[in-house]
Amino acid sequence: MGLLSKKDSKLILDPLADDNPITIQVLGICSALAITAQLKPSIVMAVSVIFVLGAGNVVISLMRNIIPSKIRIIVQLVVVATLVIIVDQVLKAYAYSLSKELSVFIGLIITNCIIMGRFEAFALANGPWRSFLDGVGNALGYGVILIIVGFFRELLGSGTLLGFKVLGDSVEKTGLYAFGYENNGFMVLPPMALIVIGVIIWVQRSRNKDLIED
Amino acid sequence: MAIDTDKNSYTVIFAIVMVLVVGSILAGLAQGLKPMVKANERSEIQQNILYAMGVDANENPSDVEFVSTDIVEDEFKKFITKQYIIEGDKVTEDSEAYLLDIKKEESQAKDPNYTRKLPLFEGEKDGKPIYVIPIRGKGLWDAIWGFVAVNKDMVVQGVFFDHAGETPGLGSEIKQRYFMDDFEGEHLFNDSGAFEGITVAKGNADPKNDRKTDNAVDAIAGATITGDGVTAMIKKDLRMYVPYFKTLK
Repeated sequence: MGLLSKKDSKLILDPLADDNPITIQVLGICSALAITAQLKPSIVMAVSVIFVLGAGNVVISLMRNIIPSKIRIIVQLVVVATLVIIVDQVLKAYAYSLSKELSVFIGLIITNCIIMGRFEAFALANGPWRSFLDGVGNALGYGVILIIVGFFRELLGSGTLLGFKVLGDSVEKTGLYAFGYENNGFMVLPPMALIVIGVIIWVQRSRNKDLIED
Repeated sequence: MAIDTDKNSYTVIFAIVMVLVVGSILAGLAQGLKPMVKANERSEIQQNILYAMGVDANENPSDVEFVSTDIVEDEFKKFITKQYIIEGDKVTEDSEAYLLDIKKEESQAKDPNYTRKLPLFEGEKDGKPIYVIPIRGKGLWDAIWGFVAVNKDMVVQGVFFDHAGETPGLGSEIKQRYFMDDFEGEHLFNDSGAFEGITVAKGNADPKNDRKTDNAVDAIAGATITGDGVTAMIKKDLRMYVPYFKTLK
């Protein structure tokens, strides 16, 4: 990447794979289980977190020299909460049915430990540009897993992708269903999200042995 | 310039300034987006009312699809012919009746001198009049509400339920087709003609819901308290409309 120095591009690329917030650091699992029954909410959640974490990291980084250390956690919380309310209000105004679907989980971005974790671990000690890259990188790493899980859960659970019937019509028995294929109803339930994430972690660690802890 | 960020006075001033800045940003945003949020909420109520009376965009047997937001205003005008507000014996027509705040009415009705305003929406389906009644109650965690469409004999023609925060997979199933469809055709009066409501019952030995006059539908396993909430809001809120329906006969 010519645009970014090697050190900077590491900030974006590391969280996508070998330092992934979900599969390696095992953060933000709660929302990853809750909203991934379908692809669309997964994508919206990923985009929202990219916005909140990218913008939040910049804001915290800009304020890093003036934040009183005694109340820095509260300041971080206020910054996340503000950004989340902005996302929530914008969704309510422009994508109402989606905001109903995501309901409480948009609000729960506040408690997503990835966000506070990056503020505390990175943005408080680095400049705005690098913090921005770090935030976007980590949010992308989170989003990628969300989208992979959402993809498989919607495909195998409902036989659709973004609502399109890619496997044929399950009622009229067309496409794959004509051969006796059935949707796996278990895929749409939260436990399967955990299993799908488990499989992703397994695949990732079996390809990169360095990631395996003793 | 070095600021002593550890000083108490600095901490307090910082906190105050932060709250003021954040507060005004959010207040401005909320004010700016308010009209759109309000419009969305209005279309949602219209969509729910239409859904209860069977005007929807369902394609599959498990769909709960509303008519699209672009056309809901027109569809609502087309299918809902009259809107009433009932206050005791007084019935007035009001084209904004669907915007009446049921929650507020409910709390005001605690005052014994207050006559509660009851909204009612009249439409027409298959050439027969159909009436949609809003209901509201408590689930396990938070509010549940819905709309019940009945004919003039108070036989249920369709329902729509929604909730603020019932458990996913359990209580939240009240807004699924398999639960809502069970109410279709159920009677609100018992065999002797008294108002009975509909009980969401476990073990009523009628899983296919063939008996329409037993005043009961099958409960959702694992959602007892949400189900009881549905029973309660149907009994409590629909009972208030019985006097009006008596006048229709």
